[in-house]
Amino acid sequence: MHLMSSAHRLLRRHTTALGLCCLLATPAGAQEPIRIAFIDPQSGTFAATGESAYKVLDFAADYFFNSRGGVLGGRPLEIVALDNKASAADSQLQLRRAISDGMQVVFSGNGSAAASALSTAIARHNNRNPESQVLFINYAAVDPVLTGADCNFWHFRFDAHSDMKMEVMTDHIAANPAIRRVYVIGQDYSFGKAVGDAAIRMLAAKRPEIQIVGNELHPIGQVKDFTPYISKIVASGADAVITGNWGADMVALGRGITDAGLDVPIYTFYAAYDGITGTLGESGKNRIHVVHNDRANPVLNDVRRDFTLAFKAANPALDVTQPRLVNALMMLVAAMEAAGTTDPHDVALAMEDRRLTTMTGEEIWMRADDHQLFAPLNVSVHTNEGVEFDSDNSGYGLVTRFTVPLEDTIAESSCHMTRPTR
Amino acid sequence: MADALIFATLNGLVTGMLLFMLASGVTLIFSMMGVLNFAHASFYMLGAYFAFAISQQIGFWPALLLAPMLVGVLGALVERYGLRQVHKSGQVAELVFTFGLAFLIEEAVQLFWGRATQDFRSPAALDFALFTLFGQDFPAWKGVMLCISVSIFIGLYFVLTRTRTGIIIQAAITHPQAVANLGHNVPRLFMVVFGAGSALAGLAGVIAGPVLTTFPGMASVLGSIVFVIVVIGGLGSLTGALVASLLIGLLQSWAIASGLGMADLLALLGVSFPPDHALRDLWRLTLPQVAPLLPYLLLVLILIFRPSGLFGKRES
Amino acid sequence: MRALVLWAGFALVLMVLPLIFDSVLGVSILNQMAIAIVFALSYNLLLGQGGMLSFGHAVYFGLGGFLAVHAMLLTETQTLAIPLVLIPLAGGLCGLCAALFIGSFSTGRAGTVFAMISLGVGELLAASSLILVSFFGGESGVSADRTFAPPFFGVDFSQDVQVYFLAAAWLFVSVLGMYLFTRTPAGRLANAVRDNPERARFLGYSAGRVRFISFAVAGFFAGIAGGLFAVNYEILTAGNLNAASSGQVLLMAYIGGLGVFIGPILGAVLLTLINSLLNHYTTLWMLYLGLVFVLTVMFLPRGLTGLLMLHRVPWQQGRLGLLVRPYTLTAIPGAVLVLSLIGLLELSQRETGPFVYLGIPFAPGSAVSWLALLAVAVIAFVALRRTLPGLRAAWAEASAQSPRSMHEGDAP
Repeated sequence: MHLMSSAHRLLRRHTTALGLCCLLATPAGAQEPIRIAFIDPQSGTFAATGESAYKVLDFAADYFFNSRGGVLGGRPLEIVALDNKASAADSQLQLRRAISDGMQVVFSGNGSAAASALSTAIARHNNRNPESQVLFINYAAVDPVLTGADCNFWHFRFDAHSDMKMEVMTDHIAANPAIRRVYVIGQDYSFGKAVGDAAIRMLAAKRPEIQIVGNELHPIGQVKDFTPYISKIVASGADAVITGNWGADMVALGRGITDAGLDVPIYTFYAAYDGITGTLGESGKNRIHVVHNDRANPVLNDVRRDFTLAFKAANPALDVTQPRLVNALMMLVAAMEAAGTTDPHDVALAMEDRRLTTMTGEEIWMRADDHQLFAPLNVSVHTNEGVEFDSDNSGYGLVTRFTVPLEDTIAESSCHMTRPTR
Repeated sequence: MADALIFATLNGLVTGMLLFMLASGVTLIFSMMGVLNFAHASFYMLGAYFAFAISQQIGFWPALLLAPMLVGVLGALVERYGLRQVHKSGQVAELVFTFGLAFLIEEAVQLFWGRATQDFRSPAALDFALFTLFGQDFPAWKGVMLCISVSIFIGLYFVLTRTRTGIIIQAAITHPQAVANLGHNVPRLFMVVFGAGSALAGLAGVIAGPVLTTFPGMASVLGSIVFVIVVIGGLGSLTGALVASLLIGLLQSWAIASGLGMADLLALLGVSFPPDHALRDLWRLTLPQVAPLLPYLLLVLILIFRPSGLFGKRES
Repeated sequence: MRALVLWAGFALVLMVLPLIFDSVLGVSILNQMAIAIVFALSYNLLLGQGGMLSFGHAVYFGLGGFLAVHAMLLTETQTLAIPLVLIPLAGGLCGLCAALFIGSFSTGRAGTVFAMISLGVGELLAASSLILVSFFGGESGVSADRTFAPPFFGVDFSQDVQVYFLAAAWLFVSVLGMYLFTRTPAGRLANAVRDNPERARFLGYSAGRVRFISFAVAGFFAGIAGGLFAVNYEILTAGNLNAASSGQVLLMAYIGGLGVFIGPILGAVLLTLINSLLNHYTTLWMLYLGLVFVLTVMFLPRGLTGLLMLHRVPWQQGRLGLLVRPYTLTAIPGAVLVLSLIGLLELSQRETGPFVYLGIPFAPGSAVSWLALLAVAVIAFVALRRTLPGLRAAWAEASAQSPRSMHEGDAP
């Protein structure tokens, strides 16, 4: 350990010296980098999602900023991946590492448990150590409490939370008169339960005559065989299924439903990319409906097309899974430029109430009250028709069928934020 | 209700017979060598992955044959060069070795095939419904699964009771020393049984991979359940393994189908609790929720009250 | 006297460590180490001293931790003011109670039956922790702020260093406590029961009872470790009591060395370093960990400490010098072989871009890179095959004619 840290120090001294001599030679592009910690699973069961997200963020930093002269007068962005193994404890350890290395921004989001642990840990750390504060950019954890009851000044969420997505999903279902009997199934933990409860509550308000013919929770990641559950869905006579499942549970459920010959739409949040699209393939065509804040197809403009093409050229096996990472990075940089500093407190203030046009040409808005981002939300369908950018190189991809504009996604804030005083 | 029950029974049978293919190997290996093989479910996973890789090159049917053989050879090698080395350090070391092996195989699978779910499918020729009952399809592939696992059971029973090798194996289970004294090569017998058990697990993986999805976590999902079955059925008892496999398969399937919960029980008893009761989570439990818990509960109860299991003759 | 010096030295080391590793990360790793050492030592009471292989030891760690977090929450909501320094004790008592209950029916038998019960209980609790949300907090766990506790002599424990001294104090007390336990008649009997239960029974001791006592003590110290975790991380989740967590402690104790008192300490230190540092450099660290573990079980049944202990005889006979040359000769090709194999594995994981390994740039997908590494590996392997017999002969010479055979070393 001692050996390692002294070697590290040596290395660092060496690089600073190297940086110094380069500075003399070429003034631009050799300034101290702005280092951003990307704390997400990079090993273990959930690594596939964390890895591809890191590649997108890292690529976007080079593509949009470093190759165009950097940030704050020439400082390059450097994304450092730190493996939290999807655990709350390891997230905190990696946070300490980021702080030790002088990083001031943390990106994270895979898994609400790790994200909420990180959000709390960062708020506590910033309170106790005003001299080394950090900013938390949550790009994917969708538990409503993170910008609701548990909100804090240092946390900014760039994904729509699950209740917002559920509003869009239930609007879409309510608008379809063919759907009269809905089956709700989810993983047995806070998120699965929240999705189920919200679906039932909202459908009851929007179309009271829709029958909820099942509300099932299954153990998360433990089910060997979904057929018993599928049997119940078939027996209930459902004509639509709502689920918050992700990962292997989503694949198994989706395939189970289609294997049983059940031809009903499945409404969900996470049924694409990282092997899921490829595995669902033909069987999921026109059945899987995904609610998300991205538009993969049809491609809206050339900026997005060029970015995706460049990314695919560099990472042929991967997809631009979560473009909101790019949105988050763009807004972060815009706030840094506006504040003229990387100081987390000033950047946070500059990020509040900021509006930005994304690479797809859509407008997004960061609300100051609860640090929740608002963006157009889409319902997309898993298909192989009209797909310019497929996922998993399978020929299948998501095509957007229904869009809710930004203004209509805004829900009231329930956050009582205590702002730190300087 | 009747339709759900019939389908639950069918599903339970398919799962139960699949579990039996794994449990039979574990129980045979245990009764001969005294090793509870933690890595057995990992061989099942390897079977699925090997078959996936082979089926991409030369088709599914050759994979059905080749993948289990490959897994069997690998299993034999593990016994010959791994387990035999550890045997000197005692029973605990052997158990710990297979535990580490399971860990290692999961990581190795991720090294070669990545962490994402693999698109492993049953042959297109079998992509039809065997029959449709109450509006629900019973896929032909599940019929094939049932056929294969039942014929494995019959074949295993025949080999163990009617052939010379089988009789030697049975003798080696109870009196390894005596069998060695009779001039049989007991270490080689161990290797063969370990390999055959692994091949059986591999075959289970091949037929289950397309249905239960092929992903790196598939071994750990099934792993501990197999022990539960072996312990409940009685260590070393093949009949016990069969009964316990079917019991667990059906129990879980029925529990999910029933949808009953504590709320129903309380209503039946006429008791009610306020929604903010300290034990509110307990009163809201449903059978489908606790279905995966049932085997472990059964395991602990059996071990406390009848450590030899349902059909077993000895404790360890 | 010598023992006293050793313990004073241990305390001194604990005091000095945060001065050397004073970065935020350094202190954080030290805290993690302290927790891991207490946990691994408590596991050693089971497997190393008592011969009970448990696949569910995280249950007592987790339950102790959850109770400790709830105790901290009580202080936070000002229901009860528990000083933070006593929180680990609350965890320990919770672990003790759980162990007393579960031990009452599981310690009757050792071996496979015990292992299976521990597995069943572990799985039961891990699964119910996701269902019983009001106590375990579901997937996101239970979190509490430690700074609400009444200050301890003016220390509010807002900084990690302050927590380190709390953890170090509990670590010292726990290590001392567990060491003294192994010296009590009950601790000695545990060894006897592990090695020969029949004989212990003939001497009039109930094997089950002896195991029960060890089990309860192990549960107590695991609970203390859980309480320390709660104080340090201020959160506990379902992940703290699942099978992976139980497996982790088994790995620590086994790689470090079972039976020898300092073995698990070494294992805990080493695995904490691997866990917190290695994953920064490679995504394959779990694979390496698995390989190290399996190789340890195969070739070093007494773990790393066992390997060190093997040198006691040559050392006592003053023949360690004989080993220096063959060790160096074997270490060079050995290290080259390991490094080139690691290089091959890492290369297989890269898709694009140059991969700089040991200062040499390799190109993924280029045959030259692959063949070069492969050739180095083969040459190193051949060289190793030639140097190994020399090492073996030197070993035989160095440890020959030893009048005493190796025996259980249990000095710290």
